[in-house]
Amino acid sequence: MATETLGETTSTCVVDGSAVGMPQLCFDWWPNQIFWLLVTLAVIFFFLSRVALPRIASVLAERQGSITNDLAAAEDLKARALEAEEAYNKALAEARIEAQKIIAEAKAEIQADLDAATAKADAEIAAKLAESEKKIAETRAGAMESVQGVAKDTAAELVAAMGTKADARTITAAVNARMKG
Amino acid sequence: MATEAHGEEGGLVFHPMDQFIIKPLFGDGPVGLFTITNATLWMALTVLAVMALMVLGTSKRTTIPGRMQSVGELAYGFIYKMVEDVAGKDAVGFFPYIMTLFMFIVFANFLGLLPMSFTTTSHFAVTVLLALMVFFTVTIVGFVKNGSAFLGLFWVKSAPLALRPILAVIEIISYFVRPVSHSIRLAGNLMAGHAVIKVFAGFAAIAAVSPISVVAITAMYGLEVLVAFIQAYVFTILTCVYLKDALHPSH
Repeated sequence: MATETLGETTSTCVVDGSAVGMPQLCFDWWPNQIFWLLVTLAVIFFFLSRVALPRIASVLAERQGSITNDLAAAEDLKARALEAEEAYNKALAEARIEAQKIIAEAKAEIQADLDAATAKADAEIAAKLAESEKKIAETRAGAMESVQGVAKDTAAELVAAMGTKADARTITAAVNARMKG
Repeated sequence: MATEAHGEEGGLVFHPMDQFIIKPLFGDGPVGLFTITNATLWMALTVLAVMALMVLGTSKRTTIPGRMQSVGELAYGFIYKMVEDVAGKDAVGFFPYIMTLFMFIVFANFLGLLPMSFTTTSHFAVTVLLALMVFFTVTIVGFVKNGSAFLGLFWVKSAPLALRPILAVIEIISYFVRPVSHSIRLAGNLMAGHAVIKVFAGFAAIAAVSPISVVAITAMYGLEVLVAFIQAYVFTILTCVYLKDALHPSH
C-alpha cells in the first residue's frame, strides 16, 4: 500500500482518502468506537431492561392469563351444555315413559269398552238365538201335531173309502208306529 | 456501497476497505475518544431502531398484538427461549443482557446493509469488546457461582486419567481462544461480505462486465441478508452456550 505519511485526515491509517490496510486494525480509532459502543449498549440495556422487556413480559403473561381464562370458561360452558343435554335426554325418556303409560291406559280402556260391548252383543245374540230356537221348536211341534192330525184323518178317510170302519185308537196307533219308523 | 469513483486515470481502482474508514461527522479533526464519528451516527441509529421496535412498537400493550408488537414479542420469545433452552432456567437473569447483545448486533448488521451506510459490527473494536464482555461475564459468573469447582470445566472427568492433563491444556487453550473466535467470526463475516460487494461494484466500471456485476451484487446482497441474521444468532447462541458452561461447569 501507500507510504504512511500523514494526510489531511491526521491519521496514519488513511492516505489520500484511502484506507491503509484494514481500517479494522487501525488502533487510533479503537478508543472512540469502544466509548460509543459502551454508550450504545448502556442505553439499549437500560431501555430494554427497564421498559421494553417488562412490558412485553406483562403483555405475554396477560395474554396467557386471558387464554387460560377463556379456556376455563369454554370448559365450563361445555360442562353446562353436557348437563343440559343430559337433562334433555332425561326429560325425553320420562316423556316417553309417560306416553307409553298413557297409551297403555288408553288401550286398556278401549279394551274394557270393547269387552263390555262384546259381552252385551253376545248376550243379545244369545237371547235372540234362544228366542229363535224356541220359535223354531214351537213351529216344529205345531207342524208335527198337524202332520199327525192330517195323517190320522187321511188314514181314517182311506179306511172309510175302502169300506171298512176302523176305530180311532187303531188308526192312531198305526200312524204313530209309522211316524216313528 | 455505491460504486467507487476513485482514481482519475480511468482504470480499475478498487478501494473495498474505504467503507470501513472511521471519520468525524463534523469537520476534519483527529478521531478522539469523544469525537462524533460515522460509527457514532450508526450506533445511534441502531439504538433508535431498537427503541422503535421494542419500546414504541410495544407501547400500546394490546392483548392482540399489532405488527410491530408481534415482531417485538417474536424477538423476545426467540431470545428468551434460546436462553432457557441453551443456558438453562437459572440463566434467565441474564436475559436482558443477552437480549441487548442480540438486538444491537442484529440491528447494526441490517442497518449496515443499507446503501451508503456504515457497518459498526464489521469493526474488531466493536466485536472484540462485545466478545470480551461475554468472556469476562462468563468467567466471573463461573467463579462466583461455583468457586473453584468452575475449574472442573477443564478437568474432563469422563476421560481416562492419563489423558486428563493433556485435555486440560486443550480445554484451557480453547477457553481463551473463545473471545477471539467469537469476535472475529462476527466482524470477519460482515467485513468480507461488504468488501466483496464493493469489489463487484468496482467491476461495474467496465460496461461489458457491469450486468454480471449487478447480478453478482444482488446475489451477494441476498447472501449478506442471511449472514446479517445468522451471525447475530450465532453470536447470541454462543453467548448462551458459554453461559451454560459458567452455570453448570460439569461436562
